Amino acid sequence: MTIAGFRRAPYRQRMADGPDSASSSGLRIAGLSSAVLKGVSLSVGGGEGRAITGPSGSGKTSLFRAIADLDPNEGTVSLSGEFRESVAPGDWRRRVAYVPAEPAWWLTHAGDHADAAARDVAARLGLSSALLEKPVKSLSTGERQRLALAIAFARKPEVLLLDEPTSALDEDNRDEVETLIREQMAGGAALLMASHDPAQLERLGLQPVRIDGGRIVEGAP
Amino acid sequence: MTIDPANWEVALAAIFLVMNGALSLLLDLGFVRQMLVAALRMVVQLALVGLVLKVLIDTQSPSLTALAAAIMVAVAGYEIVSRQENPIRGVWGYGLGAGTMLFGAALVMMFALHVVIRPDPWYDPRYAIPMFGMMLGNGMTGIAIGMNAMTTDVINRREAIEAHLLTGAGRWAALTPSLRRASRTGLIPTINAMAATGVVYLPGMMTGQILAGADPSQAVRYQLLVMLLISGATGLGLVIALLGSVMRLTDSRHRIRLDRIRIAEGG
Repeated sequence: MTIAGFRRAPYRQRMADGPDSASSSGLRIAGLSSAVLKGVSLSVGGGEGRAITGPSGSGKTSLFRAIADLDPNEGTVSLSGEFRESVAPGDWRRRVAYVPAEPAWWLTHAGDHADAAARDVAARLGLSSALLEKPVKSLSTGERQRLALAIAFARKPEVLLLDEPTSALDEDNRDEVETLIREQMAGGAALLMASHDPAQLERLGLQPVRIDGGRIVEGAP
Repeated sequence: MTIDPANWEVALAAIFLVMNGALSLLLDLGFVRQMLVAALRMVVQLALVGLVLKVLIDTQSPSLTALAAAIMVAVAGYEIVSRQENPIRGVWGYGLGAGTMLFGAALVMMFALHVVIRPDPWYDPRYAIPMFGMMLGNGMTGIAIGMNAMTTDVINRREAIEAHLLTGAGRWAALTPSLRRASRTGLIPTINAMAATGVVYLPGMMTGQILAGADPSQAVRYQLLVMLLISGATGLGLVIALLGSVMRLTDSRHRIRLDRIRIAEGG
């Protein structure tokens, strides 16, 4: 059956991928295509992480958006053995947390976006309760980035998709975010992270996957 | 005694439009052509509708009345799309606007004809066609403004809506703020008209009746009836059109589908 904007992978392909290969924990992608992506395949196990590298416009953000199911796409995406189309969209996005490079907000005050758990993580990232009472527009780029990460980490997702998560942070906050990323992975989360900082990728021990022109050109799957 | 103006006396009223045109030319305001075309359209359209109404009223034919209503809906549906800066693409944009406008207007009209006015026959074109026209005209404006506000809001706030979706929210929750804004925007002309009627201005229909010799209290009752029906039909059509827009601007995976909007250049 074809659903508007979303096509399941052909039955034969799904079977070739095999239920066994899909049932291991973590994220598995096969032949992911969209307006930008051209058949991306990769997998990352629970507790593991991979760095997505490549020049601007190469398809890194499109890859994250497709995995989070924000853009129409084709191919097979599964999480711990469950195919994405068998999971309700809201449940999928709760399990697969995507933090864009420039997070957006839908409520006026910063704290309105954060529950108690997120406020605890936000405190670790140096965001005080008083700061969270302010309109989100009055926060600096770095404060907004830390708040978005705190909300994502607090949900304890199975997959973290982080697009340049420390690009606007100073060294101390960057280190704290990296500590939290390690904690998430130690808790079983699979990580895909875009970063232009080779030293950061090394610190986090992330295996690089290079993407260009919507295709993986190095380091796959 | 009523005063029945002759054709040349009606034409005399156009002298002020000519003055507007002269001002536009003198100050290079650039609206003379638009105003001229609109005035000519009005004269031709009203003259034709007068003839059509006379035929409809004389024949009392249900099929001719239905045909006239269908043509009005088809034209109004086209107008709904053409008045939007960022309309929903294809048959959906037209169908959603025309369909919901027809639903609201037809439902309210049936109620008015069967319960309130009760002409005999119920479809008497003397009552049905002018009232249907007024409901379509107002519904068309409200739905066009509301649907355009909806698509524009989704275009402008896409990142914020997606941020909400990324927390696991469904499309209805994520689009509720857009829905609220679009509803209010679409209903502004209707609400303003109700609030200002009788104080700031006297409605054209009521004024026309009084000028034609009707009893002012009867004219007021008709005006109230029409305003209430118009507001009901517009609100009903608008809300359904906006609910349909939410469905069309998202898909079954609760993704924002801007590809389904014909976005204005530079928008």
